[in-house]
Amino acid sequence: MKNSEESDSYIIHGKLALPYTYFAGRTGSTFLTTLRDQRIIMGVKCTACNRVFVPPRQTCERCMADIRSQWVTVESQGKVVNHTVIRYQDKHLPRKPPFVLAMILLNGADTPMTHILEGVNPDRVVKGMEVAAVFSPATTNTLLDIDHFEPVAEPP
Amino acid sequence: MGFKKKNRHVGIVGIGETKFSSHREDVNQPEMIHEAVKDALEDAGLTMDDIDCVVHGNMELFEMVHQPDLWHTLGTGARGKDAFRLTTGGTTGGTLVGAADNLVAAGMYDTVLAIGFEKLQEGHTTGGITNMADPLWARKLQSGALTDSAAVKAIAEFGPDRAKKAAMLYRIIMDKHACLNPNSHRAFGLDWDQMADLMENSPPLIGDLRLIHMCSQSDGACAMILSSEEKAKQQCDHPVWIRDHITIHREETLNLCVNHYPNETTHRFAARHLYERNGITDPLDYFDVFEMYDPSAWWGADWIRDFFLLEGDAHYRLIEEKEIMRGGKMPINPSGGVLAANPIGATAMVRVAEAAKQVRGNAGPHQIPGTVNHAIASSFGGTMWTILIMLEKELNW
Ligand SMILES: [Zn+2]
Repeated sequence: MKNSEESDSYIIHGKLALPYTYFAGRTGSTFLTTLRDQRIIMGVKCTACNRVFVPPRQTCERCMADIRSQWVTVESQGKVVNHTVIRYQDKHLPRKPPFVLAMILLNGADTPMTHILEGVNPDRVVKGMEVAAVFSPATTNTLLDIDHFEPVAEPP
Repeated sequence: MGFKKKNRHVGIVGIGETKFSSHREDVNQPEMIHEAVKDALEDAGLTMDDIDCVVHGNMELFEMVHQPDLWHTLGTGARGKDAFRLTTGGTTGGTLVGAADNLVAAGMYDTVLAIGFEKLQEGHTTGGITNMADPLWARKLQSGALTDSAAVKAIAEFGPDRAKKAAMLYRIIMDKHACLNPNSHRAFGLDWDQMADLMENSPPLIGDLRLIHMCSQSDGACAMILSSEEKAKQQCDHPVWIRDHITIHREETLNLCVNHYPNETTHRFAARHLYERNGITDPLDYFDVFEMYDPSAWWGADWIRDFFLLEGDAHYRLIEEKEIMRGGKMPINPSGGVLAANPIGATAMVRVAEAAKQVRGNAGPHQIPGTVNHAIASSFGGTMWTILIMLEKELNW
């Protein structure tokens, strides 16, 4: 039987297009162009609190210091400090599940960056695992010029 | 109306503004906001350690960023602070100041930083504004942010000749003001002899609304620091006092039921109540400057009547006799107003900031001559939302 609460109730189906652009800014742009053109990962160092931020930022929000010119190159290798396994499928996801999103602290950086971790069974990822960036063969002009990270040694 | 007097006085101790422009590719959102925050902190001689709470706002959906208040922390300095995000449409900047005023007056916080921003070039204004319309009755039948309702009304009342001239005169006065303000996004250098040409040849948008009448889409941010009387006097030699503010929302978004449309506009309703409860009988005489949220020249010309509770053609005479120009009886928008720059989430706050700078006497090249003791600033939201904020040089009311 039809639910009387729903009968004779018209539902409008709509779709809104909300195009947008995003200005990366000079600091973000420098990170992207050095990644694309030189295959190096750069951060900025706050000399007040001695922290290296990767990805970079113009201001250290703790010291309110302008750090935009204090570029340092960090290694494209680092350690997993945290991770999770994406187990559901949806259009916006960058990989088919299951796949691993890991927070990776690159050698020389003080802030971890989030990226895809491949080449390891999701159930075998551990904290402290040494991983390295695998650069994308074709540029995307985005953070995905690092295609993913993978372990530098066979997992135990 | 339920209204209680403030629990304690609130003063403006710091003001920061970015330059407004059509494009800020050189900075991302938090970086742009940081420019205004830094400017306000420097203006106040304070650091983030002095700030108890941050209120942050912009238009919804305009940049397609969800919860900007969270990731803008990189620029706002709000890390570890109490914080709010507010968004009420074009009024957002006024809502931010009003909320900060309330938070300080209530005694919740001694010093509050309010930040409004927009990067309209990153988003799609009409795409965002389309969401405002009722999905059932109006969404397929609307014109985005553009309307000629004020033109229709003015032409019906005063005839096309006088109405079109008044709107264009208003437009050129605003441009002359904008040319003096170094933060203006648009300052064309228009002159009186261009009126006829612009009235005829500026690209038409809707009805008698032409491109030249309309505000721009701008990028920019504004930040203001408000403190309790006790703190303000310690932090600042000459705080600008927020005497009162009123926020009113009582009209329908779209005029669906003509017979039910209120006869008294939200602007007039807000102005009448604000002046009544502050004992101001002649606002035109009382105030020394008015910063109006004027999204188009047609609206700006029309709204003078409501904000100053005028009758007949008194508002047109103020325009025609150029009494709204700097040096006139009631200087309106010495900053150039919204026609000079419209970074929407910041725009209404810029009105308060510019009015406060006029009171301080340090607005810069666009500082008006004479002492400014009493100022008023308006905010306007697309859903007929009005905020009026009254500023005073002295704590003597
Ligand atoms: Zn630091």
